[in-house]
Amino acid sequence: MSKKILVVGEIRDGEFRHVSFEGIGAAKQLSGDGETVGVLLGKSVSALANKMIHFGADRVITVEHDNLSQYTPEGFTQALQAVVEQENPDGILLGHTSMGKDLAPKLASRIGSGLVSDVVSMEVSGDDVVFIRPIYSGKAFEKITVEEGLTFATIRPNNIPALEKDESRTGDVASLEVDVKDLQTIIKEVVKNTSSGIDLSEASVIVSGGRGMKGEENFKILDELAEVLNGAVGASRGACDAEYCDYALQIGQTGKVVTPDLYIAVGLSGAIQHVAGMSNSKIIVAINKDPEAEIFQIADYGIVGDLFDIVPKLTAEFKKVLA
Amino acid sequence: MNIYVIMKRTFDTEEKIQIENGIVNEDGAEFIINPYDEYAIEEAIKLKEKHGGEVTLVTVGDEDAEKQIRTGLAMGADKAVLIEDEDVENGDQYSTQELLAAYFKDKEVDIILGGNIAVDGGSGQVGPRLAEKLGFNHVTSIVKLEIEGSTAFIERDVEGDQEIIEVQLPLLVTAQQGLNEPRYPSLPGIMKAKKKPLETLDLDDLDLEEEDVEGKTKTVDRYLPPEKAAGRILEGELDSQVSELVSLLKNEAKVI
Repeated sequence: MSKKILVVGEIRDGEFRHVSFEGIGAAKQLSGDGETVGVLLGKSVSALANKMIHFGADRVITVEHDNLSQYTPEGFTQALQAVVEQENPDGILLGHTSMGKDLAPKLASRIGSGLVSDVVSMEVSGDDVVFIRPIYSGKAFEKITVEEGLTFATIRPNNIPALEKDESRTGDVASLEVDVKDLQTIIKEVVKNTSSGIDLSEASVIVSGGRGMKGEENFKILDELAEVLNGAVGASRGACDAEYCDYALQIGQTGKVVTPDLYIAVGLSGAIQHVAGMSNSKIIVAINKDPEAEIFQIADYGIVGDLFDIVPKLTAEFKKVLA
Repeated sequence: MNIYVIMKRTFDTEEKIQIENGIVNEDGAEFIINPYDEYAIEEAIKLKEKHGGEVTLVTVGDEDAEKQIRTGLAMGADKAVLIEDEDVENGDQYSTQELLAAYFKDKEVDIILGGNIAVDGGSGQVGPRLAEKLGFNHVTSIVKLEIEGSTAFIERDVEGDQEIIEVQLPLLVTAQQGLNEPRYPSLPGIMKAKKKPLETLDLDDLDLEEEDVEGKTKTVDRYLPPEKAAGRILEGELDSQVSELVSLLKNEAKVI
């Protein structure tokens, strides 16, 4: 088995999104004795390229151009297409992120390829791979094989493990000149709603609040709990609709899909809309005053009671145990 | 304005899913217009109300989709097209792209609207794929749309942040929740919808051969996740429940 797999890295605010390294981990499983080639597109990205090698890429190709300073479908498709034409790979992997979801199908269409979206795991045997992905809002799964052409997939963050970082790894970083032009999409402005800190889709611990939080000011106790656990704060649609928090925190079918190691659901009922976005979390803890709340159906551990009593006590206990 | 909506009939994912031998059991299940496509239909009708023109619904599926198509017509779309896919082998998103592209290739189009994802398959591929095939610009996951002349002004949801975008028609956009509140069909709307034109096309009508639309990928199995053992609801004094939970997370679940 010997395949050449391209992994398109994604940079946000000057840092890699971790799914880029998970993509390299996945490519290593697929490539066998072949090659894992990192691809970085942007205005000025080559200084970051070595990090892909530290996480296991054999080499990296960069395309740098002023017209790649922010993601646009045409700009990134032109650049990535040029890399694909130069490298003629057996497969391409991207993160199933806002960028990957937008870019991968456009490129797949341009090069006449199939594409498997939102992969959460893989079964590799010899040259064959079976991709596993959720369907019906995470209520079921399907197994997909590639019948013809490229092994092209987007992978869901936080599901396929990255390799250990090893700074002694070395590899070639080469740049490819591409004349990125005729961009039709003009991004006038980006309105940032997401606070700094840990990216929800990549957090290993998430503390999430629902309508039971009763007010914006009460999210403070979730912030404190998340901080002790080095986690991120999320919310149900109900909490966002009630303006307790920004929509940027929304987890669910609309909003972010997350797969943390630990998901603490506080004062939220467990509507399908929400559950679709978090049911594959490894361990789910539910805190709710209603013992009949649906969230208890999928929880590994539950406490029935008043969240305003429980959450501060929990924060204090974690502090004590983790100190 | 020539406005098109690509829409899909989907399983209502609020329902319990049953799978036997890799096939989803659809007996007695509830089917709906994919909720994200409903936003697209609503936005299409609003565009027509503002700019004039005609709204055409386009579905790939089988004759069972007529019910959902009629609902879309009752909301206010003018006509509809059903592209039958029963002769498509291993249909995947590539297949759907080819079917739709064949339909659209000789059409005058200003804008195509679709859903950001379908709640059944959830891949979100068909919109960008079709736009590329037609040589249109695309913007996915939109939460606001205004059109002036041949320019669209769009707000796009990017994982919670918003991009403010200007882009030229012809254009394909996919709707995210928050774009609008879809209207319910009115009774007169439902009556009128019964008489609105619904054209049915197959591969021959679109000048396609079976091998042109064969999927590039194949679904080999579908299954339900292993049933989760019932969770443990803790009991006793609150303080001891809290310390028990922390200890379980540390020593049993090993997640902290």
